[in-house]
Amino acid sequence: MGHLLHSTFAFFTPLSGGSPNADHIDSLYKITLYIALVIFVAVEGGLMYALIKFRKRKGAVAAQIRGNTRLEMGWTVAAAVILVALAVLTFAKLGSIQNPPNSSPGGDELTGDSVAYASSERKLPPNGKSLSINVIGRQYIWQFVYPGADEPDGLGAPYSYEEMVVPTNTTVTLDIASADVVHSWWIPELGGKFQAVPGYHNYTWFKISKPGIYRGQCAILCGRGHARMIATVRAVPPAQFDEWLTNQKREITEANAAAKEARAKLNSQTGAGQVENP
Amino acid sequence: MATYVAPVPQITAHDAKRESKGWTSWITTTDHKKIGIMYMVTTFVFFCLGGVEALMLRLQLGAPNNTLVTPEIYNQLFTMHGTTMVFLFVVPMMAGLANYFVPLMIGARDMAFPRLNALSYWLLLAGGLVFYSSVFWNPPEAGWVSFIPLANSTYSPSGGEDAWIYLIHLTGLSSILGAINFYTTIANMRARGMSWGRLPLFIWTILTYSVLLIFALPVIAAAVTMLLTERHFGTHFFDPTEGGSPILWQHLFWFFGHPEVYIMVLPGFGVISEVLPVFARKPIFGYKAIAASTVAIAFLGFLTWAHHMFTAPIPEAILVFVMLSSYLIAVPTGVKILNWIATLWRGTVEFKTPLLFCAGAIAIFLIGGISGIFLATFPIDWQVNETYFVVAHLHFVLLGGAVLPIFAAIYYWFPKITGRMLSESLGRLSFGLIFLGVLTTFLIQHVIGLDGMPRRVYEYNDVGHLALYNAISTVGSFILAAGVIVTIVNFARSLKVGVVAGADPWGANTLEWFTPSPPPVNNFDVVPLVRSAEPMKDIRREIERRSTSGRSAGAATVPTGATQVGV
Repeated sequence: MGHLLHSTFAFFTPLSGGSPNADHIDSLYKITLYIALVIFVAVEGGLMYALIKFRKRKGAVAAQIRGNTRLEMGWTVAAAVILVALAVLTFAKLGSIQNPPNSSPGGDELTGDSVAYASSERKLPPNGKSLSINVIGRQYIWQFVYPGADEPDGLGAPYSYEEMVVPTNTTVTLDIASADVVHSWWIPELGGKFQAVPGYHNYTWFKISKPGIYRGQCAILCGRGHARMIATVRAVPPAQFDEWLTNQKREITEANAAAKEARAKLNSQTGAGQVENP
Repeated sequence: MATYVAPVPQITAHDAKRESKGWTSWITTTDHKKIGIMYMVTTFVFFCLGGVEALMLRLQLGAPNNTLVTPEIYNQLFTMHGTTMVFLFVVPMMAGLANYFVPLMIGARDMAFPRLNALSYWLLLAGGLVFYSSVFWNPPEAGWVSFIPLANSTYSPSGGEDAWIYLIHLTGLSSILGAINFYTTIANMRARGMSWGRLPLFIWTILTYSVLLIFALPVIAAAVTMLLTERHFGTHFFDPTEGGSPILWQHLFWFFGHPEVYIMVLPGFGVISEVLPVFARKPIFGYKAIAASTVAIAFLGFLTWAHHMFTAPIPEAILVFVMLSSYLIAVPTGVKILNWIATLWRGTVEFKTPLLFCAGAIAIFLIGGISGIFLATFPIDWQVNETYFVVAHLHFVLLGGAVLPIFAAIYYWFPKITGRMLSESLGRLSFGLIFLGVLTTFLIQHVIGLDGMPRRVYEYNDVGHLALYNAISTVGSFILAAGVIVTIVNFARSLKVGVVAGADPWGANTLEWFTPSPPPVNNFDVVPLVRSAEPMKDIRREIERRSTSGRSAGAATVPTGATQVGV
């Protein structure tokens, strides 16, 4: 029975299970849902009862009541009390949804170059250590830039498109921005969505304990390709992540070198003007 | 003996102009009733167009990875659907109802500014035609909220976006002129004795609707003007590379957009507050609480706009403030619902079509109100915002708060407007189909959203049960459409063969039922003195008293204090 109840409500709850913030949103949602169901049944029930019980019958006379101040005050206060309770509940849960925790044991050993600075908008774990990834939305693909730049202005950092690879048990903080129109970052099982707005930075975090693939897509209309602007997060053990990141960086460097070489060759063949690296 | 049951014209024939009937009379009219009819017919046509767009959207989503329409057409369809339903159906339909019934319900002979009133209608029609003419070129495709930068000239170079801007300008001007007219009329032209505490509740909501429009519309007018100059004259209000901000657009749009929700639903609430007492044969429960909650909702409606922006990069203090103000607005809204149920309580409820639509409206609106609590809680909103959960929420709110009450109003007032009754059996069938259709289409959309499907996507993969859920929703939308078609058939049929209604077929409470159906050009030959919030009840009681206590008692006096006024 308990299981049945659980699975019935699972049908009516948001996706969760990837990251603690998604799980906390889910539990806040469930408590709200229970309160909402009581209100729903009571009010719809009252409406149905009034309609059926007091339908027109022979000889029935409508009571000419114009109001009842005490009753009206009563339900106004009752409605307010329910909402105060919901507000208190939300504030109680808010911290665990908004504030990233420290990485778990077995997470990635984060080195100095992944340090990000906390601000009033950007929240970091208590020990200040998280893997900071820049998420950049553009029509119609997500780009992910990882720590590990060669130069101080961030050039030479390893990046990937569409699929973000992250280490398990590691707190990942995201810095979300846009290169063109407004997009919205959303992987349902890893927590809520956050708009990528040109000229602004938006922040969120997740921490994945189970290796696996978590899927999502852009959640705000960004043009004709909006429906196909998908994103996946692939969580792998930290050692595998470090290996992937090194490999990604090497491949990008090699590809850049090859492109430079090809351009030089093209220039010498055609004698055309210098083609700048775009 | 003077009688007020069937008023006799008080003027001599040479003063009266014959009522003209030809098509030119419609184009040149300044009669609030003719303008009201034109409003209602025009907006109902737009409702049907918006409905066809909705059916095409649902057909595309009926199966996963469907290729019925291209993404371009899909984006155009939902942009047209949303814009049409908001700006060309609900808001002006309320203006149409108000046009016809504000003067009649307050005992006035026309609106305060009849020619301005005609201008309002023609501006609305112009807005609708400009917008729909884009169908022949490039319809807008940036959504009814025109996301920026998507809607600027770089990303939406076609003229469709400009058609959208002109629509907002023309219908906005139409609405603001109408709002000034309603406010002036209600403030100055009420019958003798109709104090604020005796104003019909529908009139209270129209008064509030007008104030909301007057405050909210200048903001959107400014915003779309900024968008227009951004698109064509090189300004940078919303361009971050030049010091502008896309978030500014979201603030401006929703500062208008949230009050717009109450602009749409408050008159619907007014209809419910008028219809329930008539069919429960009981006074409204808590007149003052309902009137006060209308005003409270309107005021709070201006403090909650940022709950549409919970996922935008805005400071946490704003998130918290807006969550609390949005919670707060649930209190007066809840009070209204409980007052309506209390109005039915211990009444003798007659299940006529207008009552069915009102009861259905309350049942449906409640679902939208409850899902609104989830959306007001910003951490939950982070999960469900911009998904089908929101689509379900807004449709429950607007169908329950505006569309079903509009149908209730049509069934309730059709006899007054045309002089003929609509068929009850077709009315019941229509209600049954619409109610079933709404639940089938939109309940399941909560689940679609919770399962991770965003809004405004033209295709989806069959993950989980998304294909099944979307198919259910699509079937529901066609049931809903069938219900609307039954009502259209009912109109057409009743215009020819409907039972003749008489002045007061329902035994109603308000002054519009005092005059013949359809009302004469001057509305009332004599305007009765209003002595309570239910003047028709007083008049019926007075007639009963006189006919039972013999004719000698009230000879030669007019106890209701009818005033004799020439046209």
